[in-house]
Amino acid sequence: MDFGSINPLILLASLMVASTPILLAAIGELVVEKSGVLNLGVEGMMIVGAVTGFIAAVNLDSPTLGFVAAAFGGALLSLLFGFLTQVLLSNQVATGLALTLFGLGIAALMGQNYVGIRAPATLDVPLGPLADIPVLGPVLFQHDAMIYVSIGIVAAVWYVLTKTRAGLILRAVGESHDAAHALGYKVVRIRLMAIAFGGACAGLGGAYLSLVRVPQWTEGMTAGAGWIALAIVVFASWKPWRALLGAYLFGGITVLQLNLQAAGFKIPVEYLSMSPYLITILVLVIMSRDRSRAALNAPAALGKPFHASI
Amino acid sequence: MNLMKTLFGAITAAAIGGAAMAEDPVKVGFIYVGPIGDGGWTYEHNKGRLAVEEHFGDKVETVFQESVPEGADAERAMTQMALSGADLIFTTSFGYMDPTINVAANFPDVKFEHATGYKRADNVSTYSARFYEGRAIQGHIAGKMTESNKIGYIASFPIPEVIRGINSAYIHAKKVNPDVEFNIVWAYTWFDPAKEADAANALIEQGADVILQHTDSTAPLAAAQAKGGVIGFGQASDMAEYAPFPRVSSIIDDWAPYYIARVQAVMDGTWESTDTWDGIGPGMVAIGEITDAVPAEVAEEAMAMKAALADGSYHAFTGPINKQDGSVWLAEGETADDGTLAGMDFYVEGLTAEIPN
Amino acid sequence: MITLERRPEPSRMWQAMTPILAVVLTMIAGGLLFAVLGKDPFEAIRTIFWDPLFNPQFASYSRPQLLVKAAPLILIAIGLSLGFRAGIWNIGAEGQYIVGAICGAAVGLAFYPTEAIYIFPLMVLAGAIGGTLWAMIPAVLKIRFGTNEILVSLMLVYVAEQLLASMALGALRNPDGGGFPGSRNLQQYPSAANPELIAGTGAHWGVVAAFIAVIAAYVLLNKHLLGYQIKLTGQAPRAARFAGVRPNVLIALCLGISGGLAGLAGLFEVSGPAGQISIDFNSFYGFTAIIVAFLGRLHPIGILLAGLLMALTYIGGELAQFMLGIPSAAIQAFQGMLLFFLLGVDVLSNFRIRIKRKQVA
Repeated sequence: MDFGSINPLILLASLMVASTPILLAAIGELVVEKSGVLNLGVEGMMIVGAVTGFIAAVNLDSPTLGFVAAAFGGALLSLLFGFLTQVLLSNQVATGLALTLFGLGIAALMGQNYVGIRAPATLDVPLGPLADIPVLGPVLFQHDAMIYVSIGIVAAVWYVLTKTRAGLILRAVGESHDAAHALGYKVVRIRLMAIAFGGACAGLGGAYLSLVRVPQWTEGMTAGAGWIALAIVVFASWKPWRALLGAYLFGGITVLQLNLQAAGFKIPVEYLSMSPYLITILVLVIMSRDRSRAALNAPAALGKPFHASI
Repeated sequence: MNLMKTLFGAITAAAIGGAAMAEDPVKVGFIYVGPIGDGGWTYEHNKGRLAVEEHFGDKVETVFQESVPEGADAERAMTQMALSGADLIFTTSFGYMDPTINVAANFPDVKFEHATGYKRADNVSTYSARFYEGRAIQGHIAGKMTESNKIGYIASFPIPEVIRGINSAYIHAKKVNPDVEFNIVWAYTWFDPAKEADAANALIEQGADVILQHTDSTAPLAAAQAKGGVIGFGQASDMAEYAPFPRVSSIIDDWAPYYIARVQAVMDGTWESTDTWDGIGPGMVAIGEITDAVPAEVAEEAMAMKAALADGSYHAFTGPINKQDGSVWLAEGETADDGTLAGMDFYVEGLTAEIPN
Repeated sequence: MITLERRPEPSRMWQAMTPILAVVLTMIAGGLLFAVLGKDPFEAIRTIFWDPLFNPQFASYSRPQLLVKAAPLILIAIGLSLGFRAGIWNIGAEGQYIVGAICGAAVGLAFYPTEAIYIFPLMVLAGAIGGTLWAMIPAVLKIRFGTNEILVSLMLVYVAEQLLASMALGALRNPDGGGFPGSRNLQQYPSAANPELIAGTGAHWGVVAAFIAVIAAYVLLNKHLLGYQIKLTGQAPRAARFAGVRPNVLIALCLGISGGLAGLAGLFEVSGPAGQISIDFNSFYGFTAIIVAFLGRLHPIGILLAGLLMALTYIGGELAQFMLGIPSAAIQAFQGMLLFFLLGVDVLSNFRIRIKRKQVA
């Protein structure tokens, strides 16, 4: 096969744009799961972020404020999940699914009067001479700010989780809430914070769709991106940098198949599209075969309810 | 006692009189496959519904249900609408074909209109639009406007409707620009803004400077705008928010005239089961304003073609046209018959890609 | 300070009361939502909860439809509840539902246009086997490698969705369908069809299967050793081992049964109400069933009622849409609220609320 007509560098650049929404949502969910909570409502939080971000950006004429609002919107919705699962001890899987349903509905209601409106333009970050570097320039230095923010969040999550006391506590809570509780940590409070962080990130991811990527508000515009984010967390085996890799892989497959088609190749679209999920399962299996390593990554208390019996 | 009787009588008389005076409005139902806020397919059908309301005022009552999945849920939605007293029901997606036929068999007194299908019954009509006429005009503009001679086409599913559009656009682009090439990407979705944006970017990457789309969102236009120097067209709705550039024109589904006519037919008692396939002439396919980004003479040619398509003096598929394999499809001066067009499953000569199966 | 204190036994009174409380709370919150949208809240609530059951104009049609809509949800949820009780989390029922439908439909279409009475039973078998095998993937991986079944079963949903798209566009596409995606309509192929068994009841084989599943699960959980083992494993995994439960067998059984039932649900749906394999054939049933399982408190009778309640909100919601012009998004949000309340108030049956003064440490 001749891939000559596809420029790999430009492919890489468009892949970064395509992957940013799922990366943001995935890195948020990663933190949530590290704290031992499984929130399947990512899709709902993303779409609420998409609509709140869009409404704020249009009314305040500022994409930046749009992103801030989206983070708040996503976090607020996630705290609904947090209250139900952490305080009222409802089942996380069922509550997360209900959150998706609720989020899709409420977002569509909020956005009723915003169909067919254009968002204010998000400007690229002026990186001056860097952008003119022959090869790296277009790939790395000609993007909008949110791409850099998303990578910054990944770095920050990595740093906090591995290098700080806060990260240690978060992981301890996710590993064994009873032990963490016995050590005097506020399990519920820590988890609520993690959930809110996850919601904020999902909200940012949604707003990236409605403000940069598409950019417009339409009902159901996330089209399953939240579910892909869930897969990425697993693929990444709960490691932040691997989530970046995973997001670029999952996003990249779509971009790659569309590029191959555009270049005139005949490809089995469905089988290519299912491959990242099969790879994820493979990763899971390899990880769990080596039990000592698996223990370091997968939060042991994932999805289990916690109630402090005094 | 007497007083009661008089009173009662008066009330009854008033009630009967009232009912007779305010003629029972015709109740018209619509079943939509997407949300009315999708900005494309369903949005335009709903505009048709609103036009019916405006045209007939209180002589008509319209109801609708949005985001109805094809299959069992559609059958239930139609049945409940019929039970609620609807006189006429428009079912606006291909996937509603079998449910429409099934429900119609149970409600012989209710009229049904199914969009884009091919199964009819005594109380089921079908209707569809000749979007390929609009594609011909788009192809003409695209062939004239492209500088790279590469035109990108975002296709949804490999069905006759979409293949017809590709062929029509290609034939007319080729006519004015023999060097033109089409790059076709199948998105396998009618509506996924993010994916459509990716598809547009991939095509632009391959050198396309004109993007045609058979998917419903504005994302490809936004992508064209972001790249600069690339033009596109509105699909299903006008997408005027991207005019005058990159959106240089559009194909608009205008269902209002048909809906109004069919409701009128029900009111007059003249409704019959028909098969309607209307194009630019009757106004079911509208061409959105051609903007100043298009040179005046190209716009004039496009408008002339529109007029010829409208009055029937020109058919978008007029021979000589060969099939992709080189065999003769239409001889000199011959025009395509509707049967072949309705089931079109081949590309015309010159297109290099293969239709996926 | 308000604290929760776990009850030694779930309160029977609250278990019965909480669903009613949740519905009442939803009516209040939902009524507010509808009022904000400018609709009459009382009319809206009545249309959703009352009209499908008792409105003379619709009820004779809507009531049987409740069964049609609820049957797949109940069938899947019953299977899931067994695993959930044992702490085995199959959240990929959506995928098993799809694969069951594909396998069953493929068998039926392979015989087209032969008419024979053995075709439908073969399809049922294929549907059950398809779903079971799809669920055995996470089961085998869990038994062999200890891989987390929640994640594997979820990933397999995405794989199944792609498979469905490929089947609808490729192998199973109707050759006479004018190139449109989607298989032949099985309703129009008598030997492969799953029709209404008694006119006007809505009951097709899937409804029958759902009722059988409810009864079987009830008997299993209360009278059978396996049911005892499932319950024991969920409550005290270590004790279960001492009691002779073989965890690997239990994993395979629970995932296999739930997958098989989900596959059956898919088959009955594709050969009955849906009629054909299409790209979006799965309408979130597999995930909704998870919610139904929890709403029913993992109890067979509870699941039956929860499934019917879900179906009621769907059908009532549809009526509210076109009778009152309430947007479908508002109905979705309303359903979300109902689920939140149902899940949230359950805390009352398992916990006592105590108001304490703050302890001085």
